[in-house]
Amino acid sequence: MIFRVLTLLAALVMLAACETASGRSGTDGSGSDGATVSSAGTAEQTEAAIAELTTIGDRVHFDFDSYALNLLSKEVLRRQAAFLGRNPSVRITIEGHADERGTREYNLALGESRAAAARDFLVAQGVNPSRIKTISYGKERPAAIGSNENAWKQNRRAVSVIQ
Amino acid sequence: MNMDMTNKILRIFIILWGIFCAASAMAQAVEEVITITEGNVEPTPIAIPDFVGADGKVSAIGREIASIISDDLEGSGLFRPLSAAAFIAPTAVDGGEPDFADWRPLGADALLLGRAEAAAGGTIDVEFYLWDVLRGALIGAATGSISTQAKRRIAHQIADLVYKKWTGDDGYFDTRIVYVAESGPANKRIKRLAIMDQDGHNHQFITDGADLVLTPRFSQSVQEIAYLNYFNDEPNVYILDLQSATSELLGSFPGMSFAPRFSYSGESLIMSLARDGKTNIYVMNLSTRQITQLTNTPYIDTSPSYAPDDSQIVFNSDRAGKGNQQLYIMDHNGRNVRRISRGKGRYATPVWSPRGDIIAFTKIYKGDFYIGVMNTDGTGERLLARGFLVEAPTWAPNGRVLTYFKQNPTNEDGSGGEAYLYRIDITGFNERRLITPQGASDPAWSPFLP
Repeated sequence: MIFRVLTLLAALVMLAACETASGRSGTDGSGSDGATVSSAGTAEQTEAAIAELTTIGDRVHFDFDSYALNLLSKEVLRRQAAFLGRNPSVRITIEGHADERGTREYNLALGESRAAAARDFLVAQGVNPSRIKTISYGKERPAAIGSNENAWKQNRRAVSVIQ
Repeated sequence: MNMDMTNKILRIFIILWGIFCAASAMAQAVEEVITITEGNVEPTPIAIPDFVGADGKVSAIGREIASIISDDLEGSGLFRPLSAAAFIAPTAVDGGEPDFADWRPLGADALLLGRAEAAAGGTIDVEFYLWDVLRGALIGAATGSISTQAKRRIAHQIADLVYKKWTGDDGYFDTRIVYVAESGPANKRIKRLAIMDQDGHNHQFITDGADLVLTPRFSQSVQEIAYLNYFNDEPNVYILDLQSATSELLGSFPGMSFAPRFSYSGESLIMSLARDGKTNIYVMNLSTRQITQLTNTPYIDTSPSYAPDDSQIVFNSDRAGKGNQQLYIMDHNGRNVRRISRGKGRYATPVWSPRGDIIAFTKIYKGDFYIGVMNTDGTGERLLARGFLVEAPTWAPNGRVLTYFKQNPTNEDGSGGEAYLYRIDITGFNERRLITPQGASDPAWSPFLP
């Protein structure tokens, strides 16, 4: 009973030899910066679109543990909708984020809710939903570094990124 | 190592049941199992001399095995290994009784004597006797032959036996932990899956850090790990097979799949799907890949965890109102949802004890994070650990020790923010950090190894 058989041993030694292999098919997953590839148009056009989006406001912020859009956020999103109207070839990904003051899985859901709230508002403004992708990063990708109210406020956000 | 070697281990693997059973019979006659409860944390003094070789002298392997056992038992907080410098009595294993008069003056309640020596074919012969010094009785013994690679496991298994004989609970030393290794600055943190023995040895990184990975969890067989992977910027649940070292996408779902946990039966996996601003709980039959929705609310329902008989699921939800994250239990089919957490604050990441009796959770209250436990009806809440950010309790398979992670505040210059794994006895004492090569979060303790 006490001398149990060691079935895992072979597996783990094999594992050590394949440390970096994850065995998935497909590409190497590079180009994750979001702004490296445009769905249409030249690199220059994409650069210009990114600059314009940054100028009109690429992100909206949220209260603690909330995914409700406030008046300021709605104004930013109206400008984003108008921008998307002027640039019909542009497709965006809305990244939803949370501050660090929540548990990981709950914050993943919260980030998704924030991204969805921003997307729903854009769609209500007439943007075709097929042009918008959403992703949640939960508390994994803070915009502002630091464990303080100011940083947390900046990190509770939904950011529109050109695909 | 290859399969031939494995087979060889199997072939030469011998247990002398006669000795073991005789010892057990003797133990039953005199042994009184001591159940350690809150307030009774005086560690048992135990003498663990280095194991000797055939010549009666200490062997290198014997020293190592005794040291692993001693570290395990000391780390549990329930044993106090005595200094070997005080050992004057012979520590040879000759089948006879030790002279207890030599050991009682040292204050030893328990005495573990053993023999370990290299044998032919890359194996080690091990033999040990666990004595109750106060009663002068043999309470456990075994002998066998193991592969050299199994040295640490055998030592952990001997420590498990000592733990069981003294506490009445199964030991947790022969187990593993999978977790997320962290490196780099807070806004570009690199996260990799890593696996190690519960004492930090045999550490291996599993993924290379190219993709963000979170929340690994073992299957009951300890052969698979379900986790969240951001491969291609599409966060989804993947299942890593340890034998083949490959990961497989669980399935394509509308929205993000996350928060996976295997059922105890191994037949299904529960998780959350987030879609259109709603997060609900689903179950997937792992044979048919059929998915069934269990909750259907416009709220956030996540972090599901099965009861050990798979009949019920505990999870957290903000359905009681925005910002009011609480714990709920439902039947395995989604019916009969009832709230169990009633205290002040927000409750998250419930994990059902493998014993079935209590639920561990993360609590957020007045800006602090806590790890606590409560009964399955929500009564008897006890908080065990506290910090700036403490999260993700995971149970030792014996249901009496928890591991979780603590993260430090991050400074504006990007320093700080380190996360590390900690362990605590559920009576709330003996909190200790687990040593890992880098920062560490999202631990998952394995079930008992097969």
